[in-house]
Amino acid sequence: MVHTWSSLISTLFLLLLCITGLPLIFHHEIDELLGYDPKPEIAQPGAAKRSIDEIARTALANDPGRVLQYILWDKDEPNNVIAFTNNKVDGDPDAATLRAYDAHTAKPLGPVGGGPMLVFLKLHVDMFAGQPGKLFLGAMGFLFLVAIISGVVLYWPFTRRLSFGTLRDKSRRIAWFDWHNLLGAVTIAWALVVGATGVINTLAEVMLNQWKATELADMVKPYAGKPPPVHLASLDATIERARQTAPGMNVSFIAFPGTPFTSSHHFAVFMRGDTPLTSRLLKPVLLDGETGAVSDARDLPVYLKALLVSQPLHFGDYGGMPLKIIWALLDIMTIVVIGSGLYLWVAKRRKHRSHAMAAGQPALQPSR
Amino acid sequence: MTDARKLRSSGNWRTVYGGPLLIGVLSVVGLLSALLYEGPGRYFSWLALGAPIALTGWFYARRKRA
Repeated sequence: MVHTWSSLISTLFLLLLCITGLPLIFHHEIDELLGYDPKPEIAQPGAAKRSIDEIARTALANDPGRVLQYILWDKDEPNNVIAFTNNKVDGDPDAATLRAYDAHTAKPLGPVGGGPMLVFLKLHVDMFAGQPGKLFLGAMGFLFLVAIISGVVLYWPFTRRLSFGTLRDKSRRIAWFDWHNLLGAVTIAWALVVGATGVINTLAEVMLNQWKATELADMVKPYAGKPPPVHLASLDATIERARQTAPGMNVSFIAFPGTPFTSSHHFAVFMRGDTPLTSRLLKPVLLDGETGAVSDARDLPVYLKALLVSQPLHFGDYGGMPLKIIWALLDIMTIVVIGSGLYLWVAKRRKHRSHAMAAGQPALQPSR
Repeated sequence: MTDARKLRSSGNWRTVYGGPLLIGVLSVVGLLSALLYEGPGRYFSWLALGAPIALTGWFYARRKRA
């Protein structure tokens, strides 16, 4: 019963998630192919990088009437500086424009993201329905986990007389039943991890708001009641102080005062390490928006660390191209498990109905 | 279940869950290895997470045809 209903309710959405997730595994490669992942010009050896203040001015001149929200450095493309502009510092994320600038020339290189992959991403993340859509898909992901765990329980009565990996082709129903069991059994750990990390990701905004209401609020207490900064401090000086505060770390992104990742008075410079794990564990340094002086630097709380570490485990983007291909194959296997499960339910109902009709009885619900 | 013959034909938890459990543990170790150890961890993750796919192929190749 639990297995049937948890799966049935979520089937359509799980298929949507698996199918849109498939191209997203390769979004970097596809974006590159379609021109949504601009590359920096090849710099002369030893060439000096332009100042971030200059790049910020160029970015604002490129998008007149808008404000900067974030400046981000891609881990794999350190010569790209990506600027986010929006109509307000706390504007709708969907209204943000991302453009890449060459770190050595400050030349605009073109828009980042967008195109067909953005459509897949929106369908996958919130079905174009904002935060409610995101939380709804989180609930569907939770049902996926329930379906997997109840499937483990059912695996015993259904397969205890069969050896592991039995594939029979006696009838269409038995053939799909065997495939459902085999593919479900071998992908179970991967599906649980990708499902659970996906559910955690749907709570990202909730967690960020919790951090802002508690830890961030505590860090910016001395600024309570002060007006927001009028003249922003130099970005280069601000970043340099953040580097000194977190030695051995690199800048992941800088959030401008008033954006969702910081307070209305502070720049937040998020620092990262350089291993697959530490590059996810960001450390925010808060700096006064007007003077650029360090206000505070604290590690993120456990729930935000869990969120950041769960992201690669959902995306599969941390083990090179072979891991991405494996991710795609496991995703396709999961699609077959979901599809065959739906088929088995329909086939069983049909069988029940024809039996019941032959016996002159009303149709019975499957007992599972 | 006290009948020895019935027990034999109904299987035990190891024959039913042993294979999937082994693949599951291997998958989790593979998922973590690439995250924790660059280089060797990455190669191991390809083998460990490729195992469910390879095993499926192997079962398909030796399936019984009616």
